[in-house]
Amino acid sequence: MSLPDDERVAQDLDSLPRLPRDDNGPVFAEPWQAQAFALAVRLSEQGHFTWTEWTEALGAQLRTAAARGEPDDGSRYYEHWLAALEGLVTEKKLTDMTKLDERKAAWIEAYQATPHGQPVKLGQPSS
Amino acid sequence: MDESDAGSVDRRGFIKGAAAGALAAGSPGVLHAQDHQDMPSDPALRVKALESVLVEKGLVESAALDVLVDTFENRVGPRNGAQVVARAWVDPAYKQRLLDDGTAAMAEFGFSGWQGEKLTVVENTPTVHNVIVCTLCSCYPWPLLGLAPTWYKSDAYRARTVVDPRGVLRELGLQVSDEIEVRVWDSNAASRYLVLPERPEGTDSLSEEQLAALVSRDAMIGVAKVESTVDGDAP
Repeated sequence: MSLPDDERVAQDLDSLPRLPRDDNGPVFAEPWQAQAFALAVRLSEQGHFTWTEWTEALGAQLRTAAARGEPDDGSRYYEHWLAALEGLVTEKKLTDMTKLDERKAAWIEAYQATPHGQPVKLGQPSS
Repeated sequence: MDESDAGSVDRRGFIKGAAAGALAAGSPGVLHAQDHQDMPSDPALRVKALESVLVEKGLVESAALDVLVDTFENRVGPRNGAQVVARAWVDPAYKQRLLDDGTAAMAEFGFSGWQGEKLTVVENTPTVHNVIVCTLCSCYPWPLLGLAPTWYKSDAYRARTVVDPRGVLRELGLQVSDEIEVRVWDSNAASRYLVLPERPEGTDSLSEEQLAALVSRDAMIGVAKVESTVDGDAP
């Protein structure tokens, strides 16, 4: 594992928020992060991949982001989490990216087609 | 959340409200009266796609995910860890069991891990200060502390804590004098750590429950000490 150089670290530290001493605030910035979290835990529990495989996939994503020079104060952490999850799920052939892209498009359509105040539901699941 | 959530306290209702709130905060002026739903962010849509595809295939159950999200959002938090610490302070035999086998000792409270990882509890003393980190990703004793705070997951904390623990602790507001040895515990998929902080002076008369209220998440990560008085907002 490669540690960032000093200048990079100094930069990172600037973006490290000062820790409020009594702040036990929200652990997820947005609800989708909690969902992505639960998905990884549950899939691992169900034996679709091991926890070690998961931490390796996540670690690889985080290292790639750091190698791109992306400043990471933890705020994009769950984006990496999600990318790692998509990667591992397709690698394990639980589904594939085409299917996921189609499904995402279906959700977009559903949101656009649903009047405000009504629950958003998928129409016909594709394929 | 907001007025549109009337009566809906399930996860999806919460998500809808939160997504609208985030949009409103991020781009003021966008949220006019619309005749369709506010579009979730790209990652939120990708998670919905993943979840719906996997649920449809029977690979995960929606209900199990809801339970898990609810556990982390509402029920698990540093409180679990604080109970364990307070028990160790008042019960020397429990403390010994906790230090000998953290996993078994936390199971006495009914707390268990989900991935079979081992919990090691490391004790702060007048001569040793412990701090936990995960340099690989963000392994963290979730069942005891809830989810990791954002700073714990930052590159800066992950990379710097092993190299310059005193510096990081200072920046997080904790001065550790040079005579005290600082030990850094690097978590991984197989092993998690919890810091057993020192019991503060002047707390002899407190009950186990009162003691637990003093124990902060940060103290159990090792970036803060437990203070004998709680200031401000009591629960």
